[in-house]
Parts: sequence; C-alpha cells; structure tokens
Amino acid sequence: MGVVEGEARPPWHRESLGELWRRQPDWEKRLIKTGIVLAVVLGLGFSGQLQRSGQFWAIVIVVIAVFNWRSILKLFWWALDAVGVKDAKARWAKQSPLMQRAIPPVAIALPVIFLTWAAGTPPSPALLVLLAVCYVLYVLPSNARKYALPVTVLALAITYPLYLDKLFQVPVFKVFPSMDTMVAIALFSMMAIGLNMVVGYAGLLDLGYVAFYAIGAYTAAWLASPHFSQYGIDFDLGATGVPQGIGGIHISIWLVILIAAALTALGGILIGLPTLRLRGDYLAIVTLGFGEIVAQVARNGDSGGLGFNLTNGPPGINPIDPPGFGSHLNFIIQQGQYVNFVDLIYWSALALLLITIFCSIRLRDSRLGRAWIAIREDETAAAAMGIPLMRTKTWAYAGGAFFGGAAGAWYGTYKQGVFPDDFFFNISIFILCMVILGGMGNVWGVIAGAAFLTYLDREGLANISGWINDNITNCDPTAADPSRPISGGCFNGPLLSFGIYGAIIVLVMLLRPGGLIPERRRLLEVETGVHDQPLYDVQSAGAHEIVDETLPEDV
Amino acid sequence: MVADARAETIRLPRHHRPWTSYIVPAIGLTLVGLVVAWLVVNAVKDWTTFVQLTLTGTTRGALYGLVALGYTLVYGILELINFAHGDVFMIGGMIAATFALDVFDLGVNPALGILVLAILASLAVCMFGCGILNASIERVAYRPLRSAPRLVPLITAIGMSFILQDVALIWKGSLPVQLPPQTLPHGDIFTLGTCPKCATYRWDQFFVLMVDIPVLILLVWLVQYTRRGKAMRATAQDKDAAAMMGIDVNRTISFTFLVAGALAGAAGVIFAYFTTSVGFTSGFTLGLIAFTAAVLGGIGNLPGAVLGALLIGLIQDYNEGLSWHAPGTAWTQSIVFGILILILVFRPQGLLGERTPEGG
Repeated sequence: MGVVEGEARPPWHRESLGELWRRQPDWEKRLIKTGIVLAVVLGLGFSGQLQRSGQFWAIVIVVIAVFNWRSILKLFWWALDAVGVKDAKARWAKQSPLMQRAIPPVAIALPVIFLTWAAGTPPSPALLVLLAVCYVLYVLPSNARKYALPVTVLALAITYPLYLDKLFQVPVFKVFPSMDTMVAIALFSMMAIGLNMVVGYAGLLDLGYVAFYAIGAYTAAWLASPHFSQYGIDFDLGATGVPQGIGGIHISIWLVILIAAALTALGGILIGLPTLRLRGDYLAIVTLGFGEIVAQVARNGDSGGLGFNLTNGPPGINPIDPPGFGSHLNFIIQQGQYVNFVDLIYWSALALLLITIFCSIRLRDSRLGRAWIAIREDETAAAAMGIPLMRTKTWAYAGGAFFGGAAGAWYGTYKQGVFPDDFFFNISIFILCMVILGGMGNVWGVIAGAAFLTYLDREGLANISGWINDNITNCDPTAADPSRPISGGCFNGPLLSFGIYGAIIVLVMLLRPGGLIPERRRLLEVETGVHDQPLYDVQSAGAHEIVDETLPEDV
Repeated sequence: MVADARAETIRLPRHHRPWTSYIVPAIGLTLVGLVVAWLVVNAVKDWTTFVQLTLTGTTRGALYGLVALGYTLVYGILELINFAHGDVFMIGGMIAATFALDVFDLGVNPALGILVLAILASLAVCMFGCGILNASIERVAYRPLRSAPRLVPLITAIGMSFILQDVALIWKGSLPVQLPPQTLPHGDIFTLGTCPKCATYRWDQFFVLMVDIPVLILLVWLVQYTRRGKAMRATAQDKDAAAMMGIDVNRTISFTFLVAGALAGAAGVIFAYFTTSVGFTSGFTLGLIAFTAAVLGGIGNLPGAVLGALLIGLIQDYNEGLSWHAPGTAWTQSIVFGILILILVFRPQGLLGERTPEGG
C-alpha cells in the first residue's frame, strides 16, 4: 500500500471529489477551468443566446486571459527574448515598485482602447474618466490611497446630480440610480450605520430596528404637520413654506430631526431596559416583538383603535412639511435654473450621512465603543473587567436608535408623509442584510452594503429582470400573471426581493462570514469563535485551546 | 473527624431578600390577576360565548402546539431558534392543499372515504416531505456554522425563512391557495345552551384534535421509549458526553430536525384543511405565535410547548371574541408579543422550564 504524498491515509479512505481536484497539477486545473467557462460562453454563443460579435470574442479572449495569465506572461517574456530584447525579465525586476505598479495596466489598457477604437467603437469619455480615476487610485502608494479613496468617492457622490444625465448605460443594470434612489441610499446608509452600532459594535442582534425608524418618522409627522389641528393645537417655530392658518404643530425640520432622534433614543432606552438582561437570541426575538408592536400601534393608532388619533391609522399622516432651506435658497429653487429641490434634499441627506459616519467612527474608538466591542467578544470577561453591562448596552441601543430616528424623521419629511405599511418586519431584515453583506462592524462596508441593496431594491432588481426578460427568456408580458414571479416566460425580480436578500444573508454567512469588506477584529471572532458559546461544537472540541495561540496580540 | 456538638447550635444568619426583589413578582402576579379577573367577568356576563371561545381556542392551541413543539425540539438540542420552522410548516400546508385540489380533487362536502384517504395521504407525504426539508435545511444552513458565534446560525435561519417563502411564491403565486370552504364536515357534535345564543362544537374542530393527539402520542413514544429518543435527550443534555457514549451527535441532530419538520408537516395538513386557505406568508406569523407559545411554556420543554400553545390559542380567541373590554383582532399580534416580552421579563424560564443562563 503506497503512501500518497507524504500523508498516510487509512485503507478505507475514499478520496472525495475536492481532494481529487486539489491533487491535480496547476496547469491541468487552469485548463479545466478555462474549458468549462469557455464551453458555457461558446455554448451560449453558438446556440444564439449571445450575439457572436466583437463583444463575444472579447469575452472569449478575456476568459482565456484571466485563467491563464501566468502562462501568457511567460509567453510574453519568451517573445521579447525571441525578438532580441535580452534579459527583459531581470531588468523589469530591477525597476522601482512604483513603476512596476504603474506600467502594466497602461500596457494592457492602451492597446485594448486603440483596438476597440479601430474596430469602430470610440470609448465614451465617461468610461475613460472612470478608468483614469481607478488607475490613479491604483498607482498611489498605500498611505495616500487610504485617503484618496474616500475623498474620490465623496467627490463623486457630491457632484452626482451634476453629471447624472450625462452618464452612459451599463449592460445588465441599465441606467445609473436616479436622484430619488440616491436619497434613499443616503438614508438607508444612516439607518444601517445606526444598526451597525447595535449589531456590529455591541453584538446585540436587533430584529426590530424598523421600530426606531417608525418612531422617528412619526415624531416628524407630529411636530411638522397639520395633524394635531384636529385637537385645536396650534404652534409654530421656525418652519418655512407652511400655508397660513393651517393649524397643527409646525417646527423647523432641522430642529425636528434632532428632537426625533432624541425621542427615538429615549424609545431605544425604554425598549432596552427590560430586555437587555436577556442574552443573544432571546434579545433578538424580543426586539422583533417590539418592532411588530410599534408597527401595529402605527396601524391601529386612530380614534377607533386607540381612542385618540395618534397615528391616523392606515392612511398615515399626510402631508408633512417639506424641509425649508432658508428664503434665499428657496428663491433659487423656485427659479428652477441651477438646482432642483431634490438635489438640495440629496446634499443635505449626504451631510447627515457624513455626520453619522463621523459620530459612528468616533464613538467606536471612544471608551464607550471599546466597551461595546469588549461586550461583543466576551460578555462575562467584559463584566469582570468592570464594564457596566446594562449601562453600556443601553447606550448602544440609544446610539443606534438615535441615528435610526434621525433617518426616519428625514425620510418622513422627504416623502412628505408617513404610512404604517412602511414599517414591516421585512424592513428590519432588509437593514440587517445591509449590515451583514457589507461587513458587521465596518462602517465603510455597511455603507457599501446599504448602497448596493437599496439600489437593488429600488431599481436594480427591476432592471435586471427586465434585461433577463429581453435577452434570455422569451417573455410575453400579456401572458404573465402579476401575482407570480415566474410566469409566461417572464421573470419578476422585485416580487422575489426578500428571498433574494435571504439568499444573500445565507450565502454571506456561509461563504464570507465577515461580509464583503470585513472588519479585521470581527473576522477573527467569526473565524476562531472566541466570543460565545459555540453552537454545537463536537468535532472541534480542541479548537478552544488553539484559539488563544492564534489570536494575534495587536488586533 | 470530630462531631462537634456546637456545630449544630450555630445558626447561619438568615439571608434576607431585600424588599425590592419582591417588586417584579408582585407586578407579574398583579398582571396575571387582572387577566383572570377579566376572564371571570366575561364568563359571568356571557357564558355561552365564553365556552364557545374556549372550544375554538383549544382547537387553535392544538394547532399551535404542533408547530411550537418543533421550535422547542430544535431549541432543546441546539439552542437555536429555527426561524425557518414556520415556513416549513407553510410548505406543508401548500403540499396538503395541492394534494386536496389536484390529486384528490376534493369539492364542497366530499365523500367521507375520499376525504379520509386524502387526509391520510397528505399527512404521510407532508410529514415525510417537511421532515426531509427541515433536515436538509439544517445540513445546508446550520451545520457548516457549528463553531460560529451563536447569532450567526440565527441569522441564516432568518435568511432560510425568506428563501422558503420565495419558493412558495414561485410555486403558488402571491395569492393564497384556497380549498373549497366546506372540505371538512361542519356538522355539530354537541351544543350547549339554547341557540341562537349557544356554544357549538363542530366536526372540523374535532378533526384538529383527531390528527393532533395521535401525533403527540407518537412523539411522546418516540422521545421517551425509543433508543433514538434516548439519544435525542442525551444529546440535548450534553453533546460531548453523548458523543463519548457512542451517540452519533450529528445524526441525532439531523433526526431531531426530521421529527420537528414532520410535526410541522402534520400541522400544515391540519391548517390547510381547517382554515382552507394557505398563503406564502401564513407560516411566518403563525411561526412567531408558536414560538411565543414555546417560550411561554418554557423553551426546550415538550409538555411546556403544548401548554403554552393552548394558553396562547385561548388568549387569542378570548381577545378576538369576548365583548367586555377585549382589544379585538387588530391587536392580536401586539398581545402575543406583549405576552412574549412579559414572560421574558417576569419569568424567563417559562411556565414549566428550568432557569437557563439565557433567561438570566
């Protein structure tokens, strides 16, 4: 019985497919991978699903290049050698690291651009600018890149309304997000950052975050709408653009946001106090219960259900005062020449988001934030080190609720109405999905997750299913049943949205538990399982002894 | 060893509980007292309605009990809230409805023989199918995460729940699947009082118990008197020790999920025939209510789950049907979750459960 590759296998060992794959030599793996992908691409091409144009052959070339770039590189050095350029490889190795980074992308991109140009499709200026920006970011040394990336993203975000209508169409996703979607992205990012404080920093799973959103939105509705005029209440404080004699409470939206955030934080404390004694999954269920109760109060809170018209029941409170931007800006908006109302809304939402990011990061690094992370990692140890558990957890709740409330208030005034159907349990999971997808505990990841999922929810899914219906399936819209996601050859993505988010949650948890942009410290926790009683750990019973050694000192 | 005579005379100082520690139990008992008083007043004012609601509430509770048992079984062995359980139940209901409509083609008031055959066949298929479904969910979504922090599998369970809803949505569309309104016989078994003000017990309500009780007996037999059941109990108590005694823990866990899924499948059959309407969201709400029932009875405790489910069923029906100061249908969910929160605050171990660190 021969010993295979230095590792003794028991005679009854059956080699699994994965082991067989790992045993293959490298070139064979590459060949197989290329073969499979090429077979799919060519199959699509020759069955007529993909147009066999220049684009198609470009895909074939890119596929070959991606899987075999090492061999191609070897071929390249050999070709240089054959042409007469001696020792090209050795001379290249002597170049400075900056040059080594800077030259290859240009050497690849320039011929491609010229070739496509020659083939008859001039590259769009926007694409060139995008490529140039990416290139600059790539070439910059790492310490400069640390600042360059956020600054670029911020600059692109701020100027977004100015170049939106000049942008090109992306193949599958079609148009770039509209201004409405961008406002939603900013607000959902705020909420996701707020939830991240509770879930990502303090490790308390909150399945009822939508309650905070609802409390914020309804506070805005109470303090800046004619709602309370039915009880003869009439109060005015700094609100602009409100018709005379309409009654009700009208406070300036900017004040209302602060008040709503503070009230919501208070609500968070009230919800937290009885429940924070519980651990883990119990807490999750109780927060879920609170979320549902708040949503139901919003739905039933009219004179019929409550005896007092608090929330105006199913129709919601409508209208809420629009935000005022001062008389000077208001005048410019009315001119309608330079900026639109929605642009101003977008910029102010962006400003709120920036404030949220700043607070979130500063909080994370503060004494309180470090206490949160300590609790997340090991509650018992944290308590033993003198961290007051209840108070710290309550602050996490209050902090998360504060930003959720602010975002809710802002969204209420932006939509100029609140409707109880916006506060379903699904929204809580939607926001949680953003945090999980982006990377729990990492503010930037959370924003990326929020941006992607909000876009998907507002436009992306509809666009993608439209593309699928146009190009892959033979969709007949007249035969499609609107109550079914797949019928008559048509695919209705938005109907399936929550299953898709569910699938994202499961896949991220299984394949990349830290999220897309994981936080290093959190990742260690997930990988080594330091934080909690493991779920049911039979096989890796010895893992705990290893944990202590593998934890680096400097995390 | 010196048996010191003095040692017997030394009295340890009596440990006095501070008076503040009585506040929480006092509030809790007051709340229970208020609810009981409310029930008594209602019963005195209109006893036929009260009896009627008790009968329907018991029926409803029996249905919740089967689902709650699934939560409690899984929690007992894994300490995991299987969020997808309610949706497994919903899939069971969908399968049962499909059987009734497409395979047996039941109409209004079908012949008894065909009806019994259809119910037995769908019970077999649903229990088997949902069991396999639940066990494969465990295999795919929970088992790879065994060494992860405890919240991670909870989160994947939520994800699985949404995926199952979408499966039902693709299969049946967003409109609920409707059985003919009188699939089960609606005749009275007995009547109390003089109609129109009377309490009746109908055959379709009795049907729920007819399926429910044999399934419960089967479960008790399985858990108490079989080797598998013994392995389940041992694994729930201590996985390492169970593994050392030669129990295949993974297999036992899979088997537990299979049993829980089978219970959900049986509940799905009952639900489909009794309410005659299964939508893709039916599982989620009912699952949460059943989970509350499991917590109320003491999660991990099998008789507790049934007791909690009966109580929740009764409370829900009293709330929706009583006339004197009852909040009504619009507030059902709030009341159920209110009970959940109150239970976790005042008696975290549930009615029959033992004190756990989670309940702290």
